[in-house]
Amino acid sequence: MLNTPSLRQFLNDIGTVDAVGIEERVAKYGTRSIKKSAKVFGLTLATTMVDLTTLEGKDTPGKVASLCLKALHPHSDPTIPTTAAVCVYPAMVKHAAKYVKGTSVKIASVATAFPSGQAPLKTRLAEVRAAVADGADEIDMVINRGAFLAGELQLVQDEIAAVLEACGSSTLKVILETSELETYDNIRAASFLAMQVLRPGDFIKTSTGKTSDNATLGNNQVMLEAIRDYYFATGIEIAMKPAGGIRTAKQALQFLVAVKETLGDAWLTNTRYRFGASALLNDLVRQLVKEKTGAYQAPYTFSESSSAY
Amino acid sequence: MPAKKSTRPAARELLFGNLWEFDPAPESAPAFIAPRYGLFINGKFTAPKSKKTFDSISPRNEEKLSEISLAGPADVDAAYQAAAKAFESWSRLPGTERAKYLFRIARLLQDRAREFAVAETLDGGKPIKESRDFDVPMAAAHFFYHAGWADKLSYVTPGRTLAPLGVIGQVIPWNFPLLMLAWKLAPALATGNTVVLKPAETTSITALKFASILQDAGLPPGVVNIVTGAGETGSAVVNHPLAAKIAFTGSTAVGKAIQRTLAGTGKRLTLELGGKAANIVFEDAPIDQAVEGIINGIFFNQGHVCCAGSRLLVQESIAEKVLSKLKIRLKTLRTGDPLDKNTDIGAINSKAQLDRISELVASGVADGADLYQPTCDLPKKGFYFPPTLFSNVTQSHRVAREEIFGPVLSILTFRTPEEAVEKANNTHYGLSAGVWTDKGSRILKLSTELKAGVVWANTFNKFDPTSPFGGYKESGFGREGGKQGLLDYATLI
Repeated sequence: MLNTPSLRQFLNDIGTVDAVGIEERVAKYGTRSIKKSAKVFGLTLATTMVDLTTLEGKDTPGKVASLCLKALHPHSDPTIPTTAAVCVYPAMVKHAAKYVKGTSVKIASVATAFPSGQAPLKTRLAEVRAAVADGADEIDMVINRGAFLAGELQLVQDEIAAVLEACGSSTLKVILETSELETYDNIRAASFLAMQVLRPGDFIKTSTGKTSDNATLGNNQVMLEAIRDYYFATGIEIAMKPAGGIRTAKQALQFLVAVKETLGDAWLTNTRYRFGASALLNDLVRQLVKEKTGAYQAPYTFSESSSAY
Repeated sequence: MPAKKSTRPAARELLFGNLWEFDPAPESAPAFIAPRYGLFINGKFTAPKSKKTFDSISPRNEEKLSEISLAGPADVDAAYQAAAKAFESWSRLPGTERAKYLFRIARLLQDRAREFAVAETLDGGKPIKESRDFDVPMAAAHFFYHAGWADKLSYVTPGRTLAPLGVIGQVIPWNFPLLMLAWKLAPALATGNTVVLKPAETTSITALKFASILQDAGLPPGVVNIVTGAGETGSAVVNHPLAAKIAFTGSTAVGKAIQRTLAGTGKRLTLELGGKAANIVFEDAPIDQAVEGIINGIFFNQGHVCCAGSRLLVQESIAEKVLSKLKIRLKTLRTGDPLDKNTDIGAINSKAQLDRISELVASGVADGADLYQPTCDLPKKGFYFPPTLFSNVTQSHRVAREEIFGPVLSILTFRTPEEAVEKANNTHYGLSAGVWTDKGSRILKLSTELKAGVVWANTFNKFDPTSPFGGYKESGFGREGGKQGLLDYATLI
């Protein structure tokens, strides 16, 4: 990157986004009609992509234990696969490790003073190192939105690079917190800032889930197109994680249609696409069981209340 | 995971394969198409005096849908007599009363929206997604909008009011059968005229189904008469002495012929004819959204759109980038059975149109333009044509000059805004144009320089009943929609 370019200069390089146009585009994903075996395939795929999440002040080792077991066995039906990962606060990583280390389920941990990121860089890096040391396979960091909005793009990127270094061999997911960036132009710029320092297979992620507006088909599309353009420019394959606000299987299928029609088959896998969600898994499993049995099961079959796994 | 294999491509390429193939999702609602339709004259379906009929087939699989009556001169005359008689009372009805009928028609159409959408798709070949989300709702919107005008005619122009013209002869095309019917009928009825309408011979069914809505709405007999048939019926409609005005939408050749025959008769005329719209993309445009707009501009309704953005003018500096993004986007467009809810591009309306498209595409190849078509499995039966891009097109190529009326985009380049305007205006037509740029001032400047009835900015193919639509030059004259559209169906007193 150049020496501290302005956002405007940066957008000249990477191109802008028209808000009306992109929302019209994503509205078409909702009209795709997904039936029968295509539906089962989509629901199953989505299940393997879930980062089953609990990020609450009241989290306990016991809550994390049941979360881990749910990630490993979403349902008694053995054809329903495990989720991609569990996602917890750094203090809970070692408790999760007891259950999922050595299984196909990864441990993801939010770090860097999640969700605000308003802590000294030194503190944030220390938190990342601690989570990795406790066994986190993946780190979900937040970018410095304050610096971004103040125009200090270089600082934002340098901090991402520093966190990446602290991750060691763990995968990094960079949370842009799209609702605080507000415009699609900003989201596209932030995506490129992150991608320019990431390794192949690292993620960019929409939101913390802690603000009013989280993952939408619109910001998902802006980020998918950024990933596509960056891939064509560099050959580097960046992964994507929408998080927050995706609660139903129907929504998840619409996000997957966006992936299918924007990035294609190579991104339809949980190494390239994830859902950050807590309630979504229940609905995915509910719909899968419904496809199999032809009837909806009682809510308690799926530990309906997300705080009662 | 269900085991479907996908192979990874080598160099920087995205794979749009069959890893997650959608199952067929056909729209299953019944269309209620009668095996045989009479002519709708004086409020009743009547057998044609000509005693002739013709078959209406579905372009989706070439199967016969229904038998349509062929109206001869005697039938057309009966329709005009009924319309002239109905005019006496209909034109004197208070605007509020006429509005009630229009509101009723709009609501009945909404009630039966799904059925009409399926019928439109079966008869015309357009994707169910479009007939369901665009044609039918927009047709209803036109009736709602004009219902609102019916009792406000004295407010259209200050100090004057609008008086109806008499019996209007209307001839409509096959690309938007129901919507064009609504565009024509709603303003004519709102202003107190009565109508003899002839739908296109390949797409008569939704007009005839619509007649049953008129019956259900209790519209007085003779206010709307629908006569079906081909060119000869159309010429009988146009030439009938009782016609006070002719409104025609269709090809420029037929439009010119109508204008010649009407010369000196004193009949009013509005024409909405062909187009060869330029979609101009500047280098500062939001590229992905421009690509989406280009796709929507040319592949909407298989390109059977008179205002389709069939000429892409792209600034040289980004031409390669835009072309490569267009090619990627084409890979995810789904061409096939129009009744499938996931189909983006449906069937070509008729064998004749398919032949014409094939002929013009062959001429493009012969002229030396570069052809690109994505690989797609087209159904064996029915009329289908894959989405097609021509790059390296020059102004003199036939594919850049003639209206193709199919899913074929011709790509030209330009260097400066002045050159863009010059190339865009270098056509016999002037129906629509599109401008893509981040610079607002440039949009305003170009909108005055482009000789086109509609100029879209950072979007394409957007319609609204409140917005007048019509052309310059050989794209015709007169406007449909909005306040301006009303004036074409009335005289100021």
